[in-house]
Amino acid sequence: MDMDVSVQQAKAVEIKGVSKVFGGYQALKPVTFDIRENEFFTLLGPSGCGKTTLLRMIAGFEQPTTGAILLRGAEMKDLPPHKRRVNTVFQSYALFPHMTLEQNIAFGLENLGWAKDRRAARVADMLRLVHMEKFAGRKPQQLSGGQRQRIALARALAPEPEVLLLDEPLSALDLKLRQAMRDELRTLQRQTGITFVFVTHDQEEALDMSDRICVLGDGEIQQLGTPADIYEEPSNRFVADFIGETNFLEVDVLSVEGDEATVSTPLGMTLSAAQKRVSGGGRGWMSIRPEKISLPARPGEIAVDGTIEGANYLGGYTHYVVDTGAVKLRVSKRNNVSRSRMFETGQPITVSFAAESVRILGA
Amino acid sequence: MSAAPGNARWNVIGLLPAQLIMLATLIIPVGIIVLVSFSTRGPYGGFEYVFTTAPYKQILFNEGWSGELEFNPQYLIVVARTMILAAATTFICLLLAFPAAYYISLRKPAMKMLLIYLVTLPFWVSMIVRVYSWIIILGNDGVIAKTLRALGLVDNMGSLLFTDTAMLIGLVYSYIPLMILPIFASIEKLDPALVEASHDLYGSRLTTLRRVILPLCRPGMVAGSILVFVPCLGAVLEPILLGGGKTMMMGNLIQLQFGAARNWPLGAAISIVLMAAVLVFLLWRGLRSIRREEAEAAA
Repeated sequence: MDMDVSVQQAKAVEIKGVSKVFGGYQALKPVTFDIRENEFFTLLGPSGCGKTTLLRMIAGFEQPTTGAILLRGAEMKDLPPHKRRVNTVFQSYALFPHMTLEQNIAFGLENLGWAKDRRAARVADMLRLVHMEKFAGRKPQQLSGGQRQRIALARALAPEPEVLLLDEPLSALDLKLRQAMRDELRTLQRQTGITFVFVTHDQEEALDMSDRICVLGDGEIQQLGTPADIYEEPSNRFVADFIGETNFLEVDVLSVEGDEATVSTPLGMTLSAAQKRVSGGGRGWMSIRPEKISLPARPGEIAVDGTIEGANYLGGYTHYVVDTGAVKLRVSKRNNVSRSRMFETGQPITVSFAAESVRILGA
Repeated sequence: MSAAPGNARWNVIGLLPAQLIMLATLIIPVGIIVLVSFSTRGPYGGFEYVFTTAPYKQILFNEGWSGELEFNPQYLIVVARTMILAAATTFICLLLAFPAAYYISLRKPAMKMLLIYLVTLPFWVSMIVRVYSWIIILGNDGVIAKTLRALGLVDNMGSLLFTDTAMLIGLVYSYIPLMILPIFASIEKLDPALVEASHDLYGSRLTTLRRVILPLCRPGMVAGSILVFVPCLGAVLEPILLGGGKTMMMGNLIQLQFGAARNWPLGAAISIVLMAAVLVFLLWRGLRSIRREEAEAAA
């Protein structure tokens, strides 16, 4: 059992003060973090946040401007991509069009000097792993997007890399396939036990698949933690805004005591709630997620009066906009009873939320 | 191709101008050459429309005094020599053009445009002038000979001019842009992610070149080779100006028959054989690649 814990905590990749400047433009400010062995690690952020640059530096396609990248403790500087035990699943898949699927998967093994028998066995295993054994002799052009995705995975996994890098591999697929591939990726990661470093701008994908998520914004780390940490305890406004939906209310911070802040809200009441990076006496932001607001109000919670301004029916959920006079609140209500009563536009209503669901964030 | 059936008539009318131009500038002249190649040589040159296959026989046989045919390989030797020279030119062009095209494709867009423009620049100058300039470069008092002498590397080297080497240099110089352009186009189409994927999968630079870049640039290299090889077969200027007219090439042979030898039917027959050989080769290639595509589509 102790062994397992130590394996869990072993570092697959260490990023130490790594930054990148492209011709005067700072794509990535110095960042430091570790990626653990056997984990599904996600780099999440909007486009231009530096996540792909970071991935390309791990792969060796770009050199860090400052800092060091260590792979299983070994410094990667000066090591060209073809000497790093890291494989990449490219956004465009980058399957070799002049080779059959078998040849594509065998390519890396040949370059590593695997013997022919061992190579053939591994290729067959990989095709089976991604359920593509019937297609071995085909060329990539003859496959659908999802099939190409699977072959790209098989090709990258075949040489048993220390770390598998995935550069927005699902972005080219349609919605349904994307959902299915998420589950498949997660299963593959568990089966192979290989460390996955997954780059995406899709927060839902990140929450669904990751063991840990590193949220990048404006070229720096905004927060690093488990999906639940990041969703429930966002460390700043950027993270709360980027991950999921939330209501931001500008508040006056009255006092700060440890992890709690007391604020005066535009809703007319004063409340105390968990805080992050708030200094007393200034302005701050109160964040409350739409699904954490009760409609209609529940007893024992903080009640707010307002009127329904709009409703969007989304099947499983209905999204309401409630006008409280001072601010408009977005409220998400699960339709947990079939044909349950909808609230009408213009209808006066009281909503409520618990102080425990509120987060106070620095300005 | 996918036009509605009702448009078929309009397609014919729309294509008519192009077809008329083809007819006037290609089909009729080739028809005349075919006709001439089957006619009889006139007593004072020229030709008479009397059907005979004699010109074709003359390519391989001498006609003896009593009309018996005697095998004579003189023209075959010219054909073989021309083929070898054209193949050598194509090969050297390939070797030089690929790195050049690759270098150009790696430049920034503005530089790329400039370099491609420079590659095509010689086409703006008359071919004769360009080939002539090599006489100055290669001649006994030319840049190369003078430099080598000044450096004391050679005392008295034989003239480079009027040799097969000079001819080869001239041909490579004349036709290399036709190799660079299609190869450049095929490298430009190459997805850079494929090169990265090869490196990512432990492929060294050499492996990547051999197994990914070269195979994917094959169409460009094939197109360039055809564009260089075919005009080399009929090259006239370089053998005269740089080869000194000492070695006979097919182009010169044909020119000679129409000119000094005044044997138009033989000249026409050699032209037709040359054209037919090229056509058969290209057709064979074309069919082969179509068949390969079909096989892949069916797989």
